[in-house]
Amino acid sequence: MSAIDPETLQQHRSYLLRYAMLQLRDPHLAEDVVQETLIAAIESQAKFAAQSSPRTWLVGILKHKIMDLLRKRAREPQLDVADGEDESELVDALFKANGRWADPPQTWADPEQSLENANFWNVFEQCNQRMPLNTARAFMMREFMDMSTEEICQELAISTTNCWVILHRARLALRECLDLNWFGNAR
Amino acid sequence: MLDCKHNTELLSQSCDRPITLRERMAMRMHLLMCRGCRNFEKQLAFIRKAARELPRKL
Repeated sequence: MSAIDPETLQQHRSYLLRYAMLQLRDPHLAEDVVQETLIAAIESQAKFAAQSSPRTWLVGILKHKIMDLLRKRAREPQLDVADGEDESELVDALFKANGRWADPPQTWADPEQSLENANFWNVFEQCNQRMPLNTARAFMMREFMDMSTEEICQELAISTTNCWVILHRARLALRECLDLNWFGNAR
Repeated sequence: MLDCKHNTELLSQSCDRPITLRERMAMRMHLLMCRGCRNFEKQLAFIRKAARELPRKL
């Protein structure tokens, strides 16, 4: 069995950091979970060597580390500062008093093509960053880490209804942000 | 009759939970008549797809 080449680990490290940052948005916390992930990888070198896709395997470990951290934090409510969590203002701005769109969504031109454009992904990441922390976390757990709503509610210690509301606000906010900054329907 | 605000809530929730037949009917009825919500529905699907592809784009 060969030892893990430090250079190989280093290559994965920057990817893992970006992954962790998207979910945690805190460089120190991201650094911590990636460190723990790499240590875990080194401690099970035999498994690492046997992976056809080391990155997928590392991300699997990283997900668990992120979940452990979020779980711990959900139990310590004072750590999760309410960072202007209430996005009801956005929702109010999008709809008129009668519940109709204030400004109905326009067609997006060729969205599939955007997926091939590196600039699109920069905008997408920036739009994620703009969401309030807990909104972004819930959304990324759902769509990026592919967790069920039940799991997310449990991990974040929130009600199912609250979870749906948060996920909906996240989607509304992302749609607005992409509309304004990418699809060019700037108003 | 569903308004756009509640329709978008339902469209979003249908990504997160099984919706009832009654809800689906109300949504479809609204979508037939509302272009803004039809665009929103497509964009929701696109946002989900993009978020799921993000790990490969990092």
